Amino acid sequence: MSAPATTITAVTPEGPAGVATPAKRQRLRFVANPKAATGLVVLGFFCLIAIIGPWIAPFDPSARSNDLIQGPSGKHWFGTTHLGQDIFSQVLVGTRGVMFVGLLAGIIATALSVLIGVSSGFLGGMADEGLSALSNVFLVIPALPLIIIVASTIPGAGDLMVALVIGLTSWAWGARVLRAQTLSLRRRDYVEAARATGESTWRIITVEILPNLTAIIASGFVGTVIFAVMSEITLAFIGISTISEWNWGTILFWAQSQQALAQGAWWWFVPAGLAIAILGTALSLINFGIDEFVSPRLRSSGHTRVKTADGRTVKMRVGFTPVLSQNDKLDPVTPVVRKAADEAKGAA
Amino acid sequence: MKFLLQRIAFYLFTAWAAITINFFIPRFIPGDPVTSLINKFQGQMSTEAIQSLYVLFGLDKNASMWSQYIDYWGQIFRGDLGLSFTFFPTPVSEILGQSLPWTIALVGITTFASFMIGTSLGVLAGWRRGSWLDGLLPVTTFLSSIPYFWLGLLAITLLAGSDSFFPSSGGYEPGLVPSWNGEFIGSAVQHSLLPAITILISSVSGWILSMRNMMVTVASEDYITVAHAKGLSERRVMVSYAARNALLPNVSGFALSLGFIVGGTLLVEIVFSYPGIGYNLFQAVGSKDYPLMQGVFLVITMSVLIANLIADVAYLLLDPRTRKEG
Repeated sequence: MSAPATTITAVTPEGPAGVATPAKRQRLRFVANPKAATGLVVLGFFCLIAIIGPWIAPFDPSARSNDLIQGPSGKHWFGTTHLGQDIFSQVLVGTRGVMFVGLLAGIIATALSVLIGVSSGFLGGMADEGLSALSNVFLVIPALPLIIIVASTIPGAGDLMVALVIGLTSWAWGARVLRAQTLSLRRRDYVEAARATGESTWRIITVEILPNLTAIIASGFVGTVIFAVMSEITLAFIGISTISEWNWGTILFWAQSQQALAQGAWWWFVPAGLAIAILGTALSLINFGIDEFVSPRLRSSGHTRVKTADGRTVKMRVGFTPVLSQNDKLDPVTPVVRKAADEAKGAA
Repeated sequence: MKFLLQRIAFYLFTAWAAITINFFIPRFIPGDPVTSLINKFQGQMSTEAIQSLYVLFGLDKNASMWSQYIDYWGQIFRGDLGLSFTFFPTPVSEILGQSLPWTIALVGITTFASFMIGTSLGVLAGWRRGSWLDGLLPVTTFLSSIPYFWLGLLAITLLAGSDSFFPSSGGYEPGLVPSWNGEFIGSAVQHSLLPAITILISSVSGWILSMRNMMVTVASEDYITVAHAKGLSERRVMVSYAARNALLPNVSGFALSLGFIVGGTLLVEIVFSYPGIGYNLFQAVGSKDYPLMQGVFLVITMSVLIANLIADVAYLLLDPRTRKEG
């Protein structure tokens, strides 16, 4: 082999630039994950708007006025539509529908996925085969077109109906993940112990298995809410759900059908779209927070440069054994370096 | 081989399920929207066409559910999906035949490209964790939260205009006749650039993220340490040891998330009035054209199933273990 010979030196961090001090660790343990915290704050803000939106809206979202297609101003913060309706009020009032459908569909889909995923993973055998085939079928069939054709057969589908349709068609992903996790849990020792002491299947599932699935269920719920919000807005945007109830998709529907683009009325569709993107980002951040909570490896590391005993800097990466090759630096590795490294190892 | 046969059996089962769902949905439509539409076109439709719509929508109250189901299958196999109301009197199958190549070209190429680009960026981001590439993650999160169609609207506002290089709608210059000459293909490519970029930007981030997370997980495996210890070059460890193993879950993820992606990309077609299946669906929804809607759903599902099968074959080629067990 022509690969250059390398000298491997075990790098042990030293001094102040080394591993986090105990105080810092302690703090890290108590400060919540910044991603999750940011996401929760933004989600809380949207929930608040969903509740108080209709009361604090300065105008009736459907009321017409003489200010036709006007840009943002002090009176109309987000401008007006072709009928002189206030877009700021439409966004505020529309938040309720978006959040309602998103959360309700998320709850329905999560309940279904827990029911199907956990029972399929725990029961095994024929029941498992059948249920996982069912969820695989629902995974492979494109969800959005299915939702569109189902929703379009229901004339004047309101928020509740849309939430039901989305919830009933989007449980499959969660069920699949939960099944896999349940499979790995059900043969663990503590479950076997519970079985040996004669606990009922029902009790084993609810008391022994479910608490260990909490993180997966939560992240599945958040993922479904993202999907539900997107689907609902899409349905409104292409004009399937009722356009009498305001939500962000309805605003975009009118913007598209009234040629907002051709008229250069950017304020008509930018606020609603930004609101969707911010809500989606907040939900994804919560999900990253959950993922990182469950699997610490995924955390992006901050200060990773560490000084070695001989004054070289090495980049520490979680999961990697730091390797110093001769090519890294021009000066040759002398026995002194090895000795210093050994000492450092001994000290650790 | 056994693996492949199992997958094919599963896809046949799924196809059966999708067609059966498609059979039952119109039977739940309250009232009789199709009858009124048929009445509207009374006199312009042949009795044969009316009969086929009766079978598709279960209007024949005398026949039992079972015999309706058998008739329905017979019609599907003959490729008879009824007549479209929007484009009366063109059969649905003919409309779909015209628009399918557009969708496959646009969605197929962009989905594949976004998978390739996203996976390569994910490999780098996972390998060089803690470097500036981590800064990509919040940006991609934000981009993936934007609905495809809204990004399309933004792209039209910002980039397309009367004097811009990018046309804002359509699949080719209005004056041209579709054919295989340079002028038409050039025009088609020019029209597809903006929709393609839109799909690429919003779909690439998902791949980056999942590949990064897989790389991070794989990077702490023992065989990576061994590869380092052997003195293999960084590049070789990254590509041939870490990425190759991290790729497998991503390929099976590709198959599963295809259904989601296709749904989103159809909307891009709507925004750009691109002459594909998604735009057909939009027109059908707007005018309550149930036969066309049903046909679009069937064609999309079948295409996704075929794409899944291709992804499975790729998985088979990438992972020697599946071959050995078979």
